[in-house]
Amino acid sequence: MIEKIMLLSLALFMVAIALLLYRIIKGPTLPDRAIAIDTIGVNLISAIAIVSIVLKTKAFLEAILILGILAFIGTIAFSKYIERGVIVERKSRD
Amino acid sequence: MQTLKINDVILRTVVKGVVFIVLTLGVYLFFAGHNDPGGGFIGGLVLGSGIVLLYITFDIETVHKGMPFDFKKVAALGVLLSTGSAIASLFFGAPFLRQADDYFDIPLLGKTHLTTVTIFEAGVALTVIGTLVTIILSISEDG
Repeated sequence: MIEKIMLLSLALFMVAIALLLYRIIKGPTLPDRAIAIDTIGVNLISAIAIVSIVLKTKAFLEAILILGILAFIGTIAFSKYIERGVIVERKSRD
Repeated sequence: MQTLKINDVILRTVVKGVVFIVLTLGVYLFFAGHNDPGGGFIGGLVLGSGIVLLYITFDIETVHKGMPFDFKKVAALGVLLSTGSAIASLFFGAPFLRQADDYFDIPLLGKTHLTTVTIFEAGVALTVIGTLVTIILSISEDG
């Protein structure tokens, strides 16, 4: 029973990622794409967690941590590009 | 450009805490490469991501005040360390890249497995950090 629920939720995560991919390609504005990329990261983390429950292993926990860090950095870089036009500044204006 | 002053106090406060978690994970992955997934390349990538996160959040001059490294020289030092540990085996009459390992009794740590692969991996990590930060800074710098 729990196995079937896990596989069903994995399938639903894949559907969600496919829909978010549509939003990235089609997305009218850049903030739509930033939100979609961040949500794909969260969905991938959850999917990896469920895979590691199904396979009964702890080997993927570091992959979850690294994916979380990379999604965080990617979202920050994308939103900074939207807000300021540059990603790494020579000297911040304040 | 926008004249509105941008308020990023939340980002700066969060990054000040998160960057230590990222760097700790990088060091853990570097030493986990002994028996588990990890190693110099992945550890270097995570450490480089932490440094890039600092560069994104703050600006180049602020980070250079705390970390006055030329990252091209860091990459060169890493290559020197790796090839040095590879060539050093020639002086002991062993083939190129032969690594040595042994068990040592260290106080507080107990019996520890030490190996010269760690030096090689440290060189790989430094090379990856230097190359990653140099590439990111070159392609994303303004002006």
